[in-house]
Amino acid sequence: MPRSALPHRARRGAFAAATVALALTAAACSSSDDGSSSNPNASSSGSGSTAFQSQHKGGTLKLVSHAAAGSFDPQVNYTLQYWQLYQSLYDGLLAFKKVNGQESFTVVPDLASAMPKVSNAGKTYTFTLRKGVTFSNGKALSTDDVVASFERIFKVASPTAGTFYNGIVGADACLKTPASCTLPKGVIGDAKTNTVTINLTAADPEFEYKLAVPHASIVPKDSPAKDAGTKPLPSTGPYMAASYDPNRALKLVRNPHFKEWSREAQPQGYPDAVDYTFGQTVESEVTAVENGQADWMFDPPPADRLNEIGTKYASQAHVNPLTAFWYATLNVNMAPFNNKLARQAINYAVDRSAIVRLYGGTNLASPACTILPPGFPGHVDQCDYTKGGGTTWKAADLAKAKELVKKSGTAGQEVGIVVQDDDVNKSIGQYLQSLLTQLGYKATLKPLSANIQFTYIQNTKNKVQLALTSWYQDYPAASDFLNVLLSCASYHPGSDSSINISGFCDKGIDAKMQTAIKTAQTDRTSANKQWGAIDQQIMGESPVVPLINPKMIDFTSTRVGDYQFSKQFYMLVGQLWVK
Amino acid sequence: MTHTVTTAPSTGARRSPGPWRTAASDLLRNRSALAAAAVLLLVVLATVCAPLYANHLAHTDPFQSDVSGTTVVDGKRVPVLTPSSTGLGLGVTPIGPTWDPAHYFLGADNQGRDVMARLLYGGRTSLFIGVTAALLTCALGTAVGVVAGYTGGVVDSVISRILDVIWAFPVYLLAICLSVVLLTNGLKLGPVTVEAGSLWLPITIIAAIYVPYIARPLRGQVLVLRNKEYIQAAIGSGAPTLRILRREVLPNVVPTAIVFVPLMTALAMLTESALSFLSVGVQPPDASWGTIIQDGLGLLYTRPAVTIAPGLLIALTTAALNVLGDGVRDALDPSARLRGGM
Repeated sequence: MPRSALPHRARRGAFAAATVALALTAAACSSSDDGSSSNPNASSSGSGSTAFQSQHKGGTLKLVSHAAAGSFDPQVNYTLQYWQLYQSLYDGLLAFKKVNGQESFTVVPDLASAMPKVSNAGKTYTFTLRKGVTFSNGKALSTDDVVASFERIFKVASPTAGTFYNGIVGADACLKTPASCTLPKGVIGDAKTNTVTINLTAADPEFEYKLAVPHASIVPKDSPAKDAGTKPLPSTGPYMAASYDPNRALKLVRNPHFKEWSREAQPQGYPDAVDYTFGQTVESEVTAVENGQADWMFDPPPADRLNEIGTKYASQAHVNPLTAFWYATLNVNMAPFNNKLARQAINYAVDRSAIVRLYGGTNLASPACTILPPGFPGHVDQCDYTKGGGTTWKAADLAKAKELVKKSGTAGQEVGIVVQDDDVNKSIGQYLQSLLTQLGYKATLKPLSANIQFTYIQNTKNKVQLALTSWYQDYPAASDFLNVLLSCASYHPGSDSSINISGFCDKGIDAKMQTAIKTAQTDRTSANKQWGAIDQQIMGESPVVPLINPKMIDFTSTRVGDYQFSKQFYMLVGQLWVK
Repeated sequence: MTHTVTTAPSTGARRSPGPWRTAASDLLRNRSALAAAAVLLLVVLATVCAPLYANHLAHTDPFQSDVSGTTVVDGKRVPVLTPSSTGLGLGVTPIGPTWDPAHYFLGADNQGRDVMARLLYGGRTSLFIGVTAALLTCALGTAVGVVAGYTGGVVDSVISRILDVIWAFPVYLLAICLSVVLLTNGLKLGPVTVEAGSLWLPITIIAAIYVPYIARPLRGQVLVLRNKEYIQAAIGSGAPTLRILRREVLPNVVPTAIVFVPLMTALAMLTESALSFLSVGVQPPDASWGTIIQDGLGLLYTRPAVTIAPGLLIALTTAALNVLGDGVRDALDPSARLRGGM
């Protein structure tokens, strides 16, 4: 998903091909990165794996953000901002482990009492529900709630209904007529045995990941069959939303009916309440945290405050690498980038270390050479477009780039660069414009508001030649990057939901992706090797220019303790101490 | 036949110096106006010399990013954008003012570009847009005002209502709306095409939105003139309309339009700066003082000079233009000074 705090449109069809195997744990990811925060004060082992420390229970955690993130409906909202919060509110049948570091990629049973029994060649999942779980409105969780929640995914047109959950039997009809959606053969509840059975049309080894994201949250069966918007739905987690006004604030209070059933899936929270206020400028957010008027800010600190945070307030800053990448898309169906040499020229020319500087320095980002981020399944250290080649980024090769532009015969052509209009995106756009001018192109920069840029660059009608964008994992699988971003199935000309922005469609590479997906059903290690090779092969075609792998700063007040960073859903809000 | 500005032939021993010479003489005696003109001259000269500074003194390209570049400060080679090396090492700070004209005199912006060089080039753009837009506004406004005032009737009503509509919009809001719309696809008006990134786009927009500010007062002036005996006599004697306009009407309204030029230039420069600051005016890689302020916004805490320097230049130039405009008005219409305004 994009990092943007704005609601992300449905990527309908993007996952159509992503329906085969990948094992669930990412613990064996080839990485030296253990996910721990760069801050020495940060907890290295989450309380998710330790006992609840009651002496820290209590107090009000104060969070600030420039803007709210839209609807608070967990089956509708598709932003990191609220997905982070939902971890302490809503539960699915499964959940990502709420712990620090790499372990947070592990899926564990949540409202289900155990991991599902998978049968019928991977097409049937049978869950047994936990007993004694109660919604914040006092009603007990039942199998009917689970069935209704899955139907509701389609009724509310959840952004991932057509991509994550389209493999459920009966989903096709629900996608066509959401209002009358029923899944009598797809999701079957049995109140007597307290079990829920989900039938898929084809095996999907990533299905358990998809059940662990907020869109698969279980909400009461009588929840409205439309976006709940600003009226929060009852929750099963340790907190519930007491009020929500997107123009002012969100208030979370303890769910009086919550009893911890699994510390790793849904731990008890520490603060008694969470006050999340909206509307401040990012500059004032920094000042508020520095002065202790706020405990944490959602927005990335502005560039001119970073040095101050890193020096005067170093003990309050927590920097964590993200499994994400920022990249430039090159439209392979339009001049000049319908020429492979021209595309490769851009990859050789872009100085990744310059982009790192523009992003905030080496401690906030690292140069990217591949599509799969370091530490991600399938990632291979390889850097084809650095000076002299090798496994890591060294320097740009401008001479070679100019030579390739000359060979391609594309010099002098016009290139439009579309970026978001915030400071960082715009400055990277200005750098790219300057670079393209150096290479002999007539480059123009088009900064667009963040809330329209992402859909604008996807629609082929807008004839975007080069766009700057980013991708943050939905869940830890190589297909979430390669298959989603660069497969033929993700390319939908004329649609706002064509996440394959480059328009790259190589039948040979597509076939290899399908093979890798199939291999993952039985041999994850081999599949990851295949994904690594596919990554390299795509880079050879150069439809995208990987720029950086970003890191995230969490800036907290002095009173905050027990900072833990889940690589899946970021800072664990409910686990912070303010007492 | 004569008109109101042209005095009757002298009957005395001393010949009158004529209205233009009198005005010039008055202007030269106005010390404030002369000081303002001197300031403007300095600014113009400095901006004209921008390529000299960039190419031969600073050896820099103000439109080229130099994010990984280095420069020399106190004999040592240092990076133009310095990553923080203390604490957690967060953030990158552009080099500050070195006060060395050959090496980032006013420091660098977040792209590693020389702020001084960009200020000089930006000044060229801001002045060019300001002056051109002001001249266009005055020319268009004069034409519209004269046609409406002299023709009267339906033509006057239609033109006046159009001017009323434009006048009704807050001027910046209208400019921003037009810019946002036209920035995407440019402007196409019959055979005239203005590209989206062209400097002529903000010029056209600014010129268009200020037309009522010139046209309305001039229309009023022409309405009064049209009823003067000498114009009625010319009409009665069958003189062609164009000839009456050229010989009787225009000479009376042109001084008023001239008075507007420096004032409109100041207004146009301010509008351009505002539009560029909002990213809907001058587009990168072109620079104007407004875009430089915008570039410096993210550096307010660490490198305030990037914002303050163009801000001061805008203030200085527009103040000078206003003082000069007042001087020109006093020189061309001494009665206005007595009335306390135009």
